[in-house]
Amino acid sequence: MAAPETSTAAVPTLYTNNTLRNAFGGVLSFFILLLIGVLAFSIRLFSVIKYESVIHEFDPYFNYRVTQFLTKKGIYEFWNWFDDRTWYPLGRVIGGTVYPGLTLTAGTIWWLLNSLNIPLSVETVCVFTAPIFSAFASWATYLLTKEVKGAGAGLTAAVLLAMVPSYISRSVAGSYDNEAVAIFALIFTFYLYLKTLNTGSLFYATLNSLAYFYMVCSWGGYTFIINLIPMHVLLCIVTGRYSSRLYIAYAPLVVLGTLLAALVPVVGFNAVMTSEHFASFLVFIIIHVVAFVYHIKGILSPKMFKVAVTLVVTVGLAVCCAVIAVLIALVASSPTKGWSGRSLSLLDPTYASKYIPIIASVSEHQPPTWPSYFMDINVLAFLVPAGIIACFLPLSDASSFIVLYIATSVYFSGVMVRLMLVLAPAACITSGIALSEAFDVLTGSIKFQLPGVTSNAEVDAGETSSDTSEAQTDEVKAEKPDDTSKNRPSKKSKKKERELAENPPAKATAKAKAKAEKKRLLALPLEASVISLLLLVVLGAFYVVHSVWAAAEAYSAPSIVLTTRSRDGLHVFDDFREAYAWLSHNTDVNDKVASWWDYGYQTTAMANRTVIVDNNTWNNTHIATVGTAMSSPERAAWEIFHSLDVKYVLVVFGGLIGYPSDDINKFLWMVRIGGGVFPHIKEPDYLRDGQYRIDSQATPTMLNCLMYKLSYYRFVETDGKAYDRVRRTEIGKKYFKLTHFEEVFTTHHWMVRIYKLKPLKNRIRGKAKKSKSKTSSTSSSKRSGTKKKNPWL
Amino acid sequence: MEAWIRARVTLALTLFALLFFVSRSSPPRQFVISNAERRIDLSSHIINVHLTLKVENTGTRPASEVVLALTPTEVDHLAMVDALAIKGKRKKTTSVHLEVKPTELPDAPPIDAKYFTIYLADPLNSGESTTLEVLYVFMHFLEPFPAEIAQSESQLVFYHDTALILSPYHIKQQTTFIKTPSTKVESFIRVEPTNRVGTEIKYGPYEDCPPYSISPIHVHFENNSPFAVVEELVQEIEISHWGNIQVTEHYTLVHAGARHKGVFSRVDYQSRQFSNGASSFRYLLARLPARVHSVYYRDEIGNISSSHLRTNSLKSELEIEPRYPLFGGWKATFVIGYGLPLQDFLFESSDDKRYLNFTFGCPLIGMVVDKLTIKVVLPEGSTDPSPVVPFPVEHRLEAKYSSLDVIGRTVVVLEKKNFVPMHNSHFQVYYTFNPIFMLAEPLMLASAFFMFFVACVAYIHIDLSIRK
Repeated sequence: MAAPETSTAAVPTLYTNNTLRNAFGGVLSFFILLLIGVLAFSIRLFSVIKYESVIHEFDPYFNYRVTQFLTKKGIYEFWNWFDDRTWYPLGRVIGGTVYPGLTLTAGTIWWLLNSLNIPLSVETVCVFTAPIFSAFASWATYLLTKEVKGAGAGLTAAVLLAMVPSYISRSVAGSYDNEAVAIFALIFTFYLYLKTLNTGSLFYATLNSLAYFYMVCSWGGYTFIINLIPMHVLLCIVTGRYSSRLYIAYAPLVVLGTLLAALVPVVGFNAVMTSEHFASFLVFIIIHVVAFVYHIKGILSPKMFKVAVTLVVTVGLAVCCAVIAVLIALVASSPTKGWSGRSLSLLDPTYASKYIPIIASVSEHQPPTWPSYFMDINVLAFLVPAGIIACFLPLSDASSFIVLYIATSVYFSGVMVRLMLVLAPAACITSGIALSEAFDVLTGSIKFQLPGVTSNAEVDAGETSSDTSEAQTDEVKAEKPDDTSKNRPSKKSKKKERELAENPPAKATAKAKAKAEKKRLLALPLEASVISLLLLVVLGAFYVVHSVWAAAEAYSAPSIVLTTRSRDGLHVFDDFREAYAWLSHNTDVNDKVASWWDYGYQTTAMANRTVIVDNNTWNNTHIATVGTAMSSPERAAWEIFHSLDVKYVLVVFGGLIGYPSDDINKFLWMVRIGGGVFPHIKEPDYLRDGQYRIDSQATPTMLNCLMYKLSYYRFVETDGKAYDRVRRTEIGKKYFKLTHFEEVFTTHHWMVRIYKLKPLKNRIRGKAKKSKSKTSSTSSSKRSGTKKKNPWL
Repeated sequence: MEAWIRARVTLALTLFALLFFVSRSSPPRQFVISNAERRIDLSSHIINVHLTLKVENTGTRPASEVVLALTPTEVDHLAMVDALAIKGKRKKTTSVHLEVKPTELPDAPPIDAKYFTIYLADPLNSGESTTLEVLYVFMHFLEPFPAEIAQSESQLVFYHDTALILSPYHIKQQTTFIKTPSTKVESFIRVEPTNRVGTEIKYGPYEDCPPYSISPIHVHFENNSPFAVVEELVQEIEISHWGNIQVTEHYTLVHAGARHKGVFSRVDYQSRQFSNGASSFRYLLARLPARVHSVYYRDEIGNISSSHLRTNSLKSELEIEPRYPLFGGWKATFVIGYGLPLQDFLFESSDDKRYLNFTFGCPLIGMVVDKLTIKVVLPEGSTDPSPVVPFPVEHRLEAKYSSLDVIGRTVVVLEKKNFVPMHNSHFQVYYTFNPIFMLAEPLMLASAFFMFFVACVAYIHIDLSIRK
């Protein structure tokens, strides 16, 4: 792990040797990084090899559809795209409500390839965007960690990130989701922040705000950056680490970053209006005050300074109080205190389950369990504390940032499973540092104690990454422009180094000797170091095995096509696409399809049919309407659907083959969300002993609701007993007929069932007279949901 | 090569015959058909009509043009017409393929009809007679009635025809046999003598019918054979001189039988296979060339996992299943793609040209194709493409850009409407190609990388900093 990057203490006699070593080390790191990139890319291809090159899950289908639109119609049409295929009859302004980073990235890649006459389909580009960006992310991790603890730690962290299961779960080939590019953007932004902090270069500060802009384009998680960096700045100020570099790293980011962020339509004025961004502005003010104070301190004599302080503090406090009071009043006037629901549920983990069932119903918004930590970051969980300790030895600006990053992300990951993704890079970086430092110490002491090693090697051993980091901190404190520029691993710094190396040779040798002495004291016994090295290697091997297993088995299933292994080979359940293909070819192009919102994106993308609700859960009422329809009896449901112009109703049913995430298992959310808006749906009506049951113990409301009926219609004829393999019971009501719906398609394994709304029946003579007076009242009282007797029968 | 010459000869002959016809356009009335036998096969949705005519020249001059008449509806659905002359007697018969061309007759016939002329190889002298065998193939000719059926019903169709053969000649004796797929015949019109035995209905024999005599009949019968029709098939054959031919076929499949009405119940379909959805179909069989490799079967939303490939040294069979069973009126689209070894299909002709010899047709067995488009993508840099197809097709040229092309590839597009399996035959595309073009793309890539490295080296050695 001894990464031979720029060694600061170069002795003239060792000079040629060192340049060779530098060159060799540079080439070696380059190839290692290349291999890490290949590893990060190829470990994510299990899904393509085991299944096929296909878009996964739900959200990626929407992103894929948007990308298709972008490539077909161009960027201007995309910004103005009003999508009338979703949220019927409301529609959705896609251009103004999506984070466009992912689609623009994939669209650009596609455009570039096509202008080179490489005819790849949009789908292929979308499928492979995530693996490509995870390679980028591991390179960004290398850069970031290198800023903190040198190249050795950087390479280790990059390897760890390339195969961390948590990140793999969101970036396997086909998982075309925002997080795939956002994690790269996140790490890269942090890298540029630290780079600016270490160099004080305005160039990197500008790049940093551009990277931040890309992050804002890509993912709503950008608020993490705009809160974490101010926190770090504040920490630096409080701990007396304020410097002009800190100012350069922060002030341009806030100004440029906020301006750029406001350019993204989905963010817009939120970039200055909402409380998520409030912290950054507050710290922006504070850093200016601090900068001003430092400036004054530099000009005035200590005595004058004290007078000035007392003067300013009294005036300043009054002004501050006034400003803060105004701000608080402003914030308090908005109902959610200026915070969005998802952010609030981060601060108060119980918020969502109390107020917004729609957020709570998404499994990835649940808090994680302990095993999921082990599953997602595996041995990193044990290495993280060691890494944090390593960050404190010695504490620099950069390493304090890492400590802050890991601390906050651990908290956030504890609130939402989904944010495990933010934790993963932090865990990789700290573990990378820990592993690298440990290897450093252990190999150092082995080298020291082996008899055959010359004194020359001892000096070399002293020049490992810990040395560089130490040197770094020295320089940081010295704050000489020469020293800081020397820290840059560029060709220019090497030239400078050459000059430097000639100047103080004596000093350097003395330093090296002192180092060697120090090393001798720190050295561990040979056996202990060998054994610990072996143990570390075993630990690493365990991580690799686990990651490969996770990539191959746990996270590669596209969920659109399922497979099971039975004795007579692989069995494929391709029912979803069967249903979507049927819808797309055999229904009218303008027909509306109602289903629970999970299947909305897929229906629009694969079947190209208008849906009532989809996975973008922005309108609670609309989802509640569908939930109410699904939990109402047939007639009332028919009326709701009819009023929404729905022609087909799609339900997912796993009872025949034992597919657990079907609509009956999601039914409690339909009742809860529906009942939240339409109070006539009462959850207790569906519960028997506090449980949703569909067997003979089920409540009559349950047995009569539309979801039950559509799922189990004629189910009994398959095996004669109507045994539900998911709920492991026989269903409660086996023989029933549908009066307002007719089955038009059921897939091969019964996983998707599509029903058509029957048109109103012609009036039968004789009965027509009787119900004539009633007709007007029923047609007007649509969606009333009251159980009226059907006048048409 | 032989085919090439033959095609040229036939072309010349056709031109000559046309000229000949234009020069003397009097109606060839000197024939009498002494005996006509017609066998109509209705067992699938492709209707084969075998007509055996014994033609006698009763005129004074030798004549070589026999005219066939068809009603306009028949012509609309006619996929192909083919004629053979039978020579020799009893078992030692040989057949000669004859030229058939659509023609117009100048004198107004008493009935609306369209005509085809058979050009006999040798003119028939006065008083002689010869036997002709004519094959008509019709598609989309059976009319489902009722037009919409439920899942459990079987499909009934109408067949309209005339009991007497429409002909501009006097027919002395004629018989028509209609073969139905099953014994279930709802109704048929009798024109005595009419006789029905098993699956066969016999009309005739009728004696001495004057020209243009007709007697409309219809047969209403059960036909549950899958009415699988490919509405459009685009076949792209991409030639790479690196040793591979890549074939991609885009299908739009439709069930053209009686439309499905109302409920589709999976439980009925699965448990009562025979009585339910009798006219629907699930499996299709594609016959691919031998040594086929990397076969895929997918549609626009991904792979379709229900297919089996069987290969042996002579042929490969791909059994595919669309995503869902197709009922009347249901559609499905899919793509089949495969690679083939180049040496099996690409040859060099004597005049330094290369030619592709490939099957013109649809690999799916028994499939009617409404519109068949074959696109032969020649390698970049090939010139003078010329297709040779044994029957008339529309053809044009296009350009296509793929995998780092600069000047684009020439694409020969061949289009044929109303394609039936009987059309399956080989066609050739001749072109000239200089093998040096094969190296263009690798060289381009290599030089691009070289430039990149040069740029890197240059960047490292140039110091751009302002401050020294």
